[in-house]
Amino acid sequence: MSKQLLVLIGTRKGAFILAGDPAGRGGPDGWHLSGPLCEGWPINHFRHDPASGALYAGGGSPWYGAAVWRSDDLGASWTHSSQGMTYGEDGPAMRAVWHVEPVGDALYAGVEPAGLFKSLDGGATWAHVEGLTNHPSRPSWQPGNGGLICHTVFAHPSDANRMWVAISAVGCFATEDGGATWEARNRGVRVDGLPDPYPETGQCVHKMVAAAGRPERLYQQNHCGTYRSDDAGRTWICLDKGLPSTFGFPIVAHPTDPDTVFTIPLNGDDRGRYVPEAKLAVWRTMDQGNHWSSLRQGLPSSDAYVGVLRESMARDDLSPFGLYFGTSTGQLFASADEGGSWRRMADLLPPITSVETALVDA
Amino acid sequence: MATVILPRSLVVLFPGAARKVEVDASTVADAISALDQRWPGVRDRLCERDTALREFIKVYVDGLPGELQTAVAPGSTVHILPAVAGG
Repeated sequence: MSKQLLVLIGTRKGAFILAGDPAGRGGPDGWHLSGPLCEGWPINHFRHDPASGALYAGGGSPWYGAAVWRSDDLGASWTHSSQGMTYGEDGPAMRAVWHVEPVGDALYAGVEPAGLFKSLDGGATWAHVEGLTNHPSRPSWQPGNGGLICHTVFAHPSDANRMWVAISAVGCFATEDGGATWEARNRGVRVDGLPDPYPETGQCVHKMVAAAGRPERLYQQNHCGTYRSDDAGRTWICLDKGLPSTFGFPIVAHPTDPDTVFTIPLNGDDRGRYVPEAKLAVWRTMDQGNHWSSLRQGLPSSDAYVGVLRESMARDDLSPFGLYFGTSTGQLFASADEGGSWRRMADLLPPITSVETALVDA
Repeated sequence: MATVILPRSLVVLFPGAARKVEVDASTVADAISALDQRWPGVRDRLCERDTALREFIKVYVDGLPGELQTAVAPGSTVHILPAVAGG
């Protein structure tokens, strides 16, 4: 059966799907944009679950609160739920879902205010993973500019009891017992401006990923630098040398090479938070962060006052693999040759908050 | 019976829901419970932690501002509105 490539785009005003023939990734023709989906709700993460075939979109309406949306027909119809997604009568109000992660038979949601919820029925009902918010550091957690948000959730590929989350502006946490207890793992990650720049928690991690084929290796793009860990997050090594800035949001791993990751630096937290010199570029290391080079062919080389947010860069699993990113001003760029060249696939969308891909039956 | 007038942006979240609904209720909370029985999940969209209306949800009972505990009489009209907010 022929396949269709979906680029799943979350925005401030709903979700969108850009669908086309995988063979046509390098050209502008044959792609169809549908949306806005999810009734125009702000969507922070929009993804596909290959195991169930479902699309999930996590977000929060200013009026109607947080919810995870689900579609079992590739976006034609949707349900939504936040049943059980609460911190209780005395807890803080739930604002939004920031990340949705299928792990085996479970579905996890990272939420704002920061916490983790688990569903065993495909998102119909949710239960609080209390171990994370029972961490002793919880009273000291402080929000970043985007809020106190749990925006990264992933599991070890062969042991679902081992999971990692990342919270802004708190840092990385890991569990080895399926979520009952969590350990802060931020040693070596700076917090610029603090009297002690290396606290146990308080790090403003923006996005974190596991390296391909080497799950003990993690990379993170932080408010204060780019980092690699080779011991499951227990210690981190700064990779800033060779990058134009210490500030950025997304980081994406190569599908097979644990030494290669991609990031999009912005010019700094106090300098406008757009791409350096207003020249759009994706930066790549192929030697675990020792050296970096920029990928610019086809991207705007001047007057690009755009940012790219934490969930807004993704790749596909084709060969050669494609890379995709969306900007905070509504442009979607794609590369069909692993970042070697780029073209604009969509424009004039609402601010893009999330980009993911899915390969489905046509 | 009381009449509940629902906003378009809520009704579209629940297939089969109507803008104008008749319910048997003595308070606003009762009315929302009745809506939730017909279309499960309505309460989660309107209420925070079951004890209060969400920050940007406004209710008027017979033209006067109301809360969850506000009394609803037979023949009352309850308007549920999304507040003017957002961008």
